[in-house]
Amino acid sequence: MDMALLVGFLAAAVRVATPLLLAALGEAVSERGGVINLGIEGAMLAGALGATLGASAGGPWMGVASAIGAGILVSSIVALVSVRAGADQIITGTAVTLGAVGFTGAVYRQAYGPAGVGLSLTTFPILPVPLLGETPIIGPALFQQTVLTYLAFVAVPILWWLLFRTAWGLRLRAAGESAEHARAAGVAVRRVRAEGVLIGGGFAGLAGATLVLAQVGTFAENMTAGRGFIAVAIVVLGGWQPSRIFGASLFFGAAMALQFLLQSFTLGVPYQVFLMMPYLLTLLVLAGAVGQRRPPADLGRA
Amino acid sequence: MRLPPGVRGILVAFGAIGIGLLVLGFGLAASGYDALAALSALFRGGFGSGDAIFSGLLPRAVPLILIGLGIGLAFRAGALNIGAEGQFYAGAIVATWVGLTLGTWPQLLAIPAVLVTGIVAGMLWVLVPVVLRLRFGVLEVITTLLLNFVAEALVSWMVQGPLQESSGVYPQSDPLPLATRLPQLSGTRLHAGIILVLLFAGALWVFLRFTLAGFRLRATGAGLRAAAVVGRVRTDRVFGGALLVSAGCAGLAGAMEVSGTTFSLFQNLSPGYGFTAIAVALLARLDPVATVGTGLLIAGLQAGSSAMQREAGVPAVAVRVVEATVIIVVLLADLARRRSARDGGA
Amino acid sequence: MNDVLTLSGITRRFGSVAALDGVDFTLRRGEIHALLGENGAGKSTLMRIAVGLVMPDAGTVFIHGTAVSRHSPALARRLGLGMVHQHFTSIPELSVAENVALAAGWRFRPREVEPRVEQLGDELGLPVPPRARVADLSAGLRQRLEVVKALAAGADILLLDEPSSVLSPLEAERFLAQLIAFRDRGISSVLITHKLREATSVADRVTVLRRGRVVYGGTRGDTSTDGLATHMLGAAPPPRPVRQAPVPGADRLVMEAVSLARLGETGTGLDQATVRVRAGEVVGVAAVEGNGQRELLRLAAGLAQADRGSIRRTEPVSFIPEDRTTEGCIGEFSLTEHLVLVAGEAAPWITAPWVRWTKAESRATRLMAEYQVQAPSAGAAMRELSGGNQQRVIIAAAMERHPALLVAENPTRGLDLRATAEILARLRDAARREAAVLVHLPDLDELIELADRIVVLAGGRLIEAPAGTSRAMIGRMMLGENA
Repeated sequence: MDMALLVGFLAAAVRVATPLLLAALGEAVSERGGVINLGIEGAMLAGALGATLGASAGGPWMGVASAIGAGILVSSIVALVSVRAGADQIITGTAVTLGAVGFTGAVYRQAYGPAGVGLSLTTFPILPVPLLGETPIIGPALFQQTVLTYLAFVAVPILWWLLFRTAWGLRLRAAGESAEHARAAGVAVRRVRAEGVLIGGGFAGLAGATLVLAQVGTFAENMTAGRGFIAVAIVVLGGWQPSRIFGASLFFGAAMALQFLLQSFTLGVPYQVFLMMPYLLTLLVLAGAVGQRRPPADLGRA
Repeated sequence: MRLPPGVRGILVAFGAIGIGLLVLGFGLAASGYDALAALSALFRGGFGSGDAIFSGLLPRAVPLILIGLGIGLAFRAGALNIGAEGQFYAGAIVATWVGLTLGTWPQLLAIPAVLVTGIVAGMLWVLVPVVLRLRFGVLEVITTLLLNFVAEALVSWMVQGPLQESSGVYPQSDPLPLATRLPQLSGTRLHAGIILVLLFAGALWVFLRFTLAGFRLRATGAGLRAAAVVGRVRTDRVFGGALLVSAGCAGLAGAMEVSGTTFSLFQNLSPGYGFTAIAVALLARLDPVATVGTGLLIAGLQAGSSAMQREAGVPAVAVRVVEATVIIVVLLADLARRRSARDGGA
Repeated sequence: MNDVLTLSGITRRFGSVAALDGVDFTLRRGEIHALLGENGAGKSTLMRIAVGLVMPDAGTVFIHGTAVSRHSPALARRLGLGMVHQHFTSIPELSVAENVALAAGWRFRPREVEPRVEQLGDELGLPVPPRARVADLSAGLRQRLEVVKALAAGADILLLDEPSSVLSPLEAERFLAQLIAFRDRGISSVLITHKLREATSVADRVTVLRRGRVVYGGTRGDTSTDGLATHMLGAAPPPRPVRQAPVPGADRLVMEAVSLARLGETGTGLDQATVRVRAGEVVGVAAVEGNGQRELLRLAAGLAQADRGSIRRTEPVSFIPEDRTTEGCIGEFSLTEHLVLVAGEAAPWITAPWVRWTKAESRATRLMAEYQVQAPSAGAAMRELSGGNQQRVIIAAAMERHPALLVAENPTRGLDLRATAEILARLRDAARREAAVLVHLPDLDELIELADRIVVLAGGRLIEAPAGTSRAMIGRMMLGENA
């Protein structure tokens, strides 16, 4: 196996995993509070569009800010309808994603003309970490990435601390395990859950920004292609724990990056098979993972 | 307000669509489109003329109503089938293959063969999610949803590979032989499948209202634990069965689409029927007869959306905003009703 | 300020029912005040209003002399009010320390919180292990945790809602003694109970609620136990049904060496239980919560599969679950629909595959009269009925199956005395009609009154109590002490 090929594959895996990791971390916060937010796919897409619009107007960091804002905005619908009013979480989230697909498609066409003329946005450059970036094999894979990837790495311990070492995190987890008892203990359940959903939305938006500004370089209709839902599966696989979610995201990133690797082997397998693989893999993993992992007890209930 | 439930349902349905259109209008205006032109194109394209109705609205209504009936049944049992899009494609793929293979059969045998294999293909496509849910407790929402993407990739492969048309140029299948095509209403794009769908709607209504099995299905959806503990209902079987039937409906819709409307398979065969049908079912409050009505309504919107794209430059996919709003309005209206009932109206 | 808690003119309605109607209640500093009333009298609601979980329709709450306007559990905590709920409110998946920190509103740093919890427990004489997961604790320890939680927040007013309902008789005595110790430390308590014995043994003052109104208030010595009972019921207690010695018939349930790991998060599961129930007899299961009775009853009814051992039962079997709202009935279904759901395929209104709704409806209407169900019609939704009426419907439907075996899991939970007496009479009636009845009631007195035979579950093991065993002895057996 050509070493350069392996290193290239690993670097691609980490790069592809970054949006998954960000979205999954955000969804984990939401779910720890007891809310399944299927609008995360829509939030991610909105974030991608926000990043595109923001970056065109004011550069990459402007894009990041708009993306996070867009993600929070979309998730606020879920927070309002599902958390505040108490409607079914799953249907609400699905509807929000549906709406986001339609809305982003329309806005994009209007802003950039029909057939989405290929934009080239200034994306984030690769930022090698000195010393660490030089280590053989894993160096380039982990430490020669964009700043957004490093942000994602740092988010893992930060979110762990937020969930398990702060009073807010305790309240959130209580709301997710048993809303009724948490309420009796004085926790403002609906508020802390809504906060969790909005944080999740912000992360999803950031994930969308990563797609545009650190991977593809432009926007395309429905470009998230189910990544938000894969993130939901990653949360399950990672047992709602940030550190395990990190590992699970890398795993999926590798699965999605496989198509680049294997294409150079021309196995005579049509490329669509590689397109299918991440989703099939997710199914496989879900079957194996559940049973060992226990979700927050009140997940999905109003 | 104390209204008879049927009247209330219709009011909510129209109200929801109205609000959805308002939201779309505002969104379009805010994005710089000519909202009025867009909305009027939407109406005309869907409901404006006989041609619009028979060749635009009704052909779209058939898959929407059929899939909506299936989804309504599943939701009634508490099973959230979000994978109808993929099941539709599964049915379309298999139907195409069967149709191309059985070209020499007489129509009386070929058509049922095509349709039945479409049903079976849809059912097979949901089998894995059913097992994962019943055996491992994995939410069927996620699994059915993921398989949508797999189905789309599969279609892409089929029409660029094994099922590609003979000249090998275009990513679509050969046209289906005449014997496998559903008879059409002359001068329109409407096919005989609509009769099947209407009959099915009636049968489902009777099933849910008057049979013990239909009652047990409703019990499973309304109170899973109670149904199992006190009603001794085999909830696993009811749940799985409902999912299979709904997937079969979606598969049949796919088969009917290639056999009666498009006559060949290609990518993006479905303009999102599997998702739109969710709105159709929810708007009809999961009632089979009402689903026919809401299916017609929303099919009109969908038919109008291509006119909207042609005339006002608004991408057809924007009509999803209406659907999403409709779902949310119905959810909220339901909540409000339940809350007022609980407080005893005092 | 001698009055630490005052509830003035409290009114609260649920739908058309007035749960509380102009209630005045005062707790003085340093006293134990018993709030007596049968189930459904409004005691719990009153206390939940005091602590801010429920808002009154009229009236004011004063804590330490301050009128409370925007009430909430967090505010109550700040003002020094702590409530110990009847059903534990600790979150099972979290640790003891986390639950205490949450309830007390402490800043959460495990290294600080854990030793603090340990210290607090020792100080109060209620040691609890800070690291343990609440799900792994026994009922007695969880009860202790509830009290520690309330006091950790610095409460000097304690509201205790039926604290002994989940304790064995011995643990209950210990708990009451603890209350007296608290009083001596300056903590004022309200003891909500329907058990006269408890109230008269520790309370300084007693208030009796009936149907949402205060019907009596006085000090302990003022009136007799019988007098209090009359106040609670408004009349002489309902006549006890006359018991005839049964002549048991054929075996309807035979369980041999049956074991089952615990269903759900807590409890001991069942360990090699052997029991038989015959036609015409009522077998009562005496157990403290979490000692295997849930597993035993559900195995008997055929709702769970045993890990080991053999079970034989005669169909049809009817099961009455403890949890009315999630397992006992479907809230949005009508009475008629409930009947059809439970009665099954053999019912006269089923001509497979069809359901004859009109026939079912007329039968439901007749059953309503027979069982004295108060509801607008057979088409009313189950959730519109009160708990007692729901239970009447549930029993009626269960009997409509003509069961050979009737299994009841705490069928009188949350019901007032009248409804309780009715339900128990129905169970007796079922036995008279040759059904075999297996029933668990947490109230030992009620159980002894009802059953022909008693079996005791302790730690998952089943022991038959020989005829004539005393109540005290059964209580000890429930704790695992034999002979």
